[in-house]
Amino acid sequence: MAEEKKKKSKIKPNRVNMPKQTPEERVRNFDEVALGFTEKLAMEEASRCLQCKKPKCREGCPVEVRIPEFIGLIADGNFKEAAKVMKDKNALPAVCGRVCPQEEQCEKLCIVGVKHEPVSIGRLERFIADWEASQDTLEYPKIAESTEKKVAIVGAGPAGLTVAADLVVKGHDITIFEALHEPGGVLIYGIPEFRLPKAIVKREMDYVQKLGVKVKYDFVVGKTRTIASLLEEYDVIFIGTGAGLPWFLDIPGENLNGVFSANEYLTRVNLMKGYLFPDYNTPIKRPRRVLTFGGGNVAMDCARTALRLGSDESHIVYRRSKKELPARGEEVENAEEEGVIFDFLTNPIKLVGDENGWLKGAECLKMELGEPDASGRRRPVPIEGSEFFMEADAAVCAIGNSPNPLIPRTTPGLKIGRKGNIEIEPETGKTSMERIWAGGDVATGTATVIMAMGAGRVAARSMHEYLSGGEQENDIYVKQ
Amino acid sequence: MEYKIIERRMIVPNIHELVVEAEDVAKSVQPGQFIILRPDDKGERIPLSVSDYNPELGTVTAFFIEVGESTSLLALLKPGDTIPTFVGPLGLPTDIENFGTVVCVGGCFGIGSIYPIARALKEAGNTVHVLLEARSQYLIYWKERYEELVDSVFTITRDGTMGYPGHISLLPDILKEKNIKPDRFIVNGCTFLLNRTSDVTRASGVKTIVNMNPIMIDGTGMCGVCRLTVDGETKFACVDGPDFDGHLVDWDEFRQRRLTYYDEETAPLRKSGTGTEYHCKLIR
Ligand SMILES: Cc1cc2nc3c(=O)[nH]c(=O)nc-3n(C[C@H](O)[C@H](O)[C@H](O)COP(=O)(O)OP(=O)(O)OC[C@H]3O[C@@H](n4cnc5c(N)ncnc54)[C@H](O)[C@@H]3O)c2cc1C
Ligand code: SF4
Ligand code: FES
Repeated sequence: MAEEKKKKSKIKPNRVNMPKQTPEERVRNFDEVALGFTEKLAMEEASRCLQCKKPKCREGCPVEVRIPEFIGLIADGNFKEAAKVMKDKNALPAVCGRVCPQEEQCEKLCIVGVKHEPVSIGRLERFIADWEASQDTLEYPKIAESTEKKVAIVGAGPAGLTVAADLVVKGHDITIFEALHEPGGVLIYGIPEFRLPKAIVKREMDYVQKLGVKVKYDFVVGKTRTIASLLEEYDVIFIGTGAGLPWFLDIPGENLNGVFSANEYLTRVNLMKGYLFPDYNTPIKRPRRVLTFGGGNVAMDCARTALRLGSDESHIVYRRSKKELPARGEEVENAEEEGVIFDFLTNPIKLVGDENGWLKGAECLKMELGEPDASGRRRPVPIEGSEFFMEADAAVCAIGNSPNPLIPRTTPGLKIGRKGNIEIEPETGKTSMERIWAGGDVATGTATVIMAMGAGRVAARSMHEYLSGGEQENDIYVKQ
Repeated sequence: MEYKIIERRMIVPNIHELVVEAEDVAKSVQPGQFIILRPDDKGERIPLSVSDYNPELGTVTAFFIEVGESTSLLALLKPGDTIPTFVGPLGLPTDIENFGTVVCVGGCFGIGSIYPIARALKEAGNTVHVLLEARSQYLIYWKERYEELVDSVFTITRDGTMGYPGHISLLPDILKEKNIKPDRFIVNGCTFLLNRTSDVTRASGVKTIVNMNPIMIDGTGMCGVCRLTVDGETKFACVDGPDFDGHLVDWDEFRQRRLTYYDEETAPLRKSGTGTEYHCKLIR
């Protein structure tokens, strides 16, 4: 007891700051905002961890990274071992360290966080992944002898890539079919360079390909070939096609020029590199005043992209209050620092155009928070007579996506849920059809990278079990 | 990925025929569908209607007009070169059944893309008439191919150098003169032709199917840039189309949306001093 007390009194209450580009500097480039810990800063932050006997943080991690263990190794300067501990549970730490909502997961449960700022688990994860990548000594796992079983994976997003990496080491023959011309799913077309450099996604992809995974790009399953036709050639199929169908607000004026879905806006910039137009040929608008509707990560990404494309004013228009913003805390903070203007409790009801069909602005209503709804958040209700006009020459709808219907429409027999999601058995990832598994956003609707990876891992285990016709070691445990 | 160019030639001024080796597409494509390609690693994704295909050889043919930076890169391709992206078939195929008598209208690149449609309609037992429309006789191609295939072929040129002189607005009169009573029109080509043909067939009430060509990126329903309003509802041309009922399309909105990147797209061309005289209705 006395000792515990002594230990606690020594806690450093504040986190070690992670160096970032200054807001003034970064709104003028697309380079990564956060620069990452140096070795010294990482060791200093790692030493804030109490090395709890019953670590709470680990319960918050969807893939159960052995958090105190890797942090302890960082504190001791044993980076190599720390990286190993990390990779053991998480195949994409460089990505997760950057995009996981840590404040809702591991860091939320950190004991230090009860009284002080929690240990920066995500930043340490990112540090150790980047450290390993800089070492040029990437270790590859041993690949089991060939089983001659053929696996088709549809979609090269986090879910599909996880399945591919997990199954290739078991000796199966893996082919990924990807509709776009690059791998990564949302990591490549959605999340911007300044938050997740594409070189990192590429590094992870190269790794998966070096393990022997084959990738067929420009291949739209349901169009180029159907699931039924793939089933003739492959023993099993995993569908990880994400949630790529954009929602619009369903208000008048949505098809005006200057109104974009978040997917279009971000794809032009990220996948097609429109910000380098005309060196790259995909054009992008550089409007003056941009309204982004929504409050999640996607909305933050759009609003911050608009600033970097040179807009004078970039607004987030969100119908609830700051407290309800679903985006990662760090990204909201970054957006604020960069000068994104937040218009809370505001809801667009009509988009207004000029005589040539170009957007002029949005008619909006002021909202107030009422009773909590099914999601537990207080429901926004319009304040009568509060209409007002917000001028804008571009608007981006970042209010959500649902699963793409291409495969459901062309795969009779596949059970589809009310929201267009493929129905699966959560413990195994099995769909209603024999030899077909699914997971990630296509099953859950838009969630997170780590949840998609977790789902991939669950499915991979069940698929391997099926392919090897029997028992299976239980080394990788994933919580649902 | 790499896709080999088998052939690329200018078939009439500014319109090029492109034959690409893409086995998966060649095996699954159907009339009315399209592909998306990129000329090089920095190129944009360009949608093109499929004009022919050979599953045995694994080749796909498409026509494109040289109108901007990206298509001028395509125009430089030689047999044996490769392009990094060629994905398809995208969109829903054109509805083919025995309708009775069908008039297929093709202009510009649509002279090519209506070919597999006419062929399939013939195979389904229809009486098929093909109307080719162009500014002048030298912009008409594949006429002989059609003559071998369908019941009759006629042409309208604005300068009167081939067939009927004038505009697509002559269509009802021509049909009356020839005593053709169509059960359906199918139109492929530039927005202007699709729109005008729908206008002139409206009074007859005969169903008029138009193969739409909005701006696109992914072609799989992911970005929504290809949206248009049909009968008051928003549709994504790449997954719900590209064929729609021309009498139900909101044409003003559609033409407007096509112009979104007009300034950006033509800027490089203006700079290099080429293409300024050529005003294509596809963009305008
Ligand atoms: C802008 C943005 C920001 C985000 N920010 C965060 C964040 O900070 N943190 C976080 O945890 N999560 C974030 N997310 C959510 C996260 O990216 C997703 O939950 C995750 O990527 C889902 O992975 P997935 O593998 O299920 O699908 P996806 O990443 O969507 O990948 C699906 C892949 O399948 C391909 N595909 C689709 N249909 C077909 C077909 N018919 N044939 C072949 N291929 C097909 C697609 O092209 C794509 O490559 C963000 C999402 C967006 C859009
Ligand atoms: S994977 Fe995500 S939740 Fe788990 S420790 Fe890392 S940052 Fe935290
Ligand atoms: S082209 Fe992107 S949704 Fe149609």
